[in-house]
Amino acid sequence: MFMRFIYKFSSPPYFYAISGKMLPWLTALFFVLLGYGLYGGLITAPADYQQGDSFRIIYVHVPAAWMSMFIYVVMAISGGIGLVWRIKLAEIVSISSASVGASFTFLALVTGSLWGKPMWGAWWVWDARLTSELILLFLYLGVIGLYNGIEDKRTASRAVAILALVGVVNIPIIHYSVEWWNTLHQGATVTKLDKPSIHIDMLIPLLVMAGAFKVYYFIALLLRCRNELLEREPNGKWIDELLEKVK
Amino acid sequence: MRIIKQKRLGLILLMVAGISIATFFGLRAFNDNLMYFFSATDVIEGKAPKDHLFRLGGMVVKGSVVRQPSGLTVRFVLTDMAKEVTVEYTGILPDLFREGQGIVANGKLDANGVFIAQEVLAKHDENYMPPEVAGSMKTAPAETQK
Repeated sequence: MFMRFIYKFSSPPYFYAISGKMLPWLTALFFVLLGYGLYGGLITAPADYQQGDSFRIIYVHVPAAWMSMFIYVVMAISGGIGLVWRIKLAEIVSISSASVGASFTFLALVTGSLWGKPMWGAWWVWDARLTSELILLFLYLGVIGLYNGIEDKRTASRAVAILALVGVVNIPIIHYSVEWWNTLHQGATVTKLDKPSIHIDMLIPLLVMAGAFKVYYFIALLLRCRNELLEREPNGKWIDELLEKVK
Repeated sequence: MRIIKQKRLGLILLMVAGISIATFFGLRAFNDNLMYFFSATDVIEGKAPKDHLFRLGGMVVKGSVVRQPSGLTVRFVLTDMAKEVTVEYTGILPDLFREGQGIVANGKLDANGVFIAQEVLAKHDENYMPPEVAGSMKTAPAETQK
């Protein structure tokens, strides 16, 4: 049942049609979440007892960092599915995630740096958390570079999937770096087993922003996948049929 | 066809498992180098390097901060709740520097066992709350409200 759904969803014409229908709804949802999250985070949430208003950069930094890891896992798993079952859409999802993930990683590093200067007193330190996140950015850039370096896109997808799967070992390292080693970066606030150590009024906008970022990723992913599909199958029969309908 | 797919999946899982194990041992081998700072206990026990710069992390002991009457030199005691090390620093301290706050200092030990810091970084904790909540809690110092 589930596999049948996967196979149906991953057929290019079906995917193209249904993603087209989903996009306007997702865009609306994104703006609602973003608007609420920004208003909640920048205006209604109280200032922090230690850091005052400066802590509000958390509403961009933390969701971006979460997304950087989440997208990597999606990229590696869909790359793996592409390797095993040779599903074209899985390959496309994998490579389309790479540049979105790289952007979020870059955003997390930049906002972290801007936050670190006033709070810690340094733009950058070579502690385990920051270094492993920088390695994540290089992994993304490696994936993008490797994909563009190979002419045949199906071969490129396979090569990229292996690189992505190799790099997946970095994800738990990023998450647990603050526990395994002494770091300047503080420990986890929300993603730990006991109660989050953040006040509820501050937590809700943070989770809403995380939701908004996730929906944004989904929108960007669908748009990129649609482009990539058209590019890979310029002579596909279903595209001709689609063009017929438009006329 | 089915067997080929199972084989591919098996190979991929084997690859990921192998890399995880290799990384685990690699990181274990470099464990000491990955530590961003030494604790006060490490310094007392002589684990910290003697003749070159290293980082020392810990909590500033309450009531230990002494400012020199002239200049920017500050002396304070860092603790890891077991051992203590005296630190001397000349310069501007970060905003978050307070007694009872975690910091990381970069510098080296002098002949008397005093840590001469060249740089002081503030470490903030993972707790976020409004000042009213912090003020009502006994564990958090009340004067932190800005």
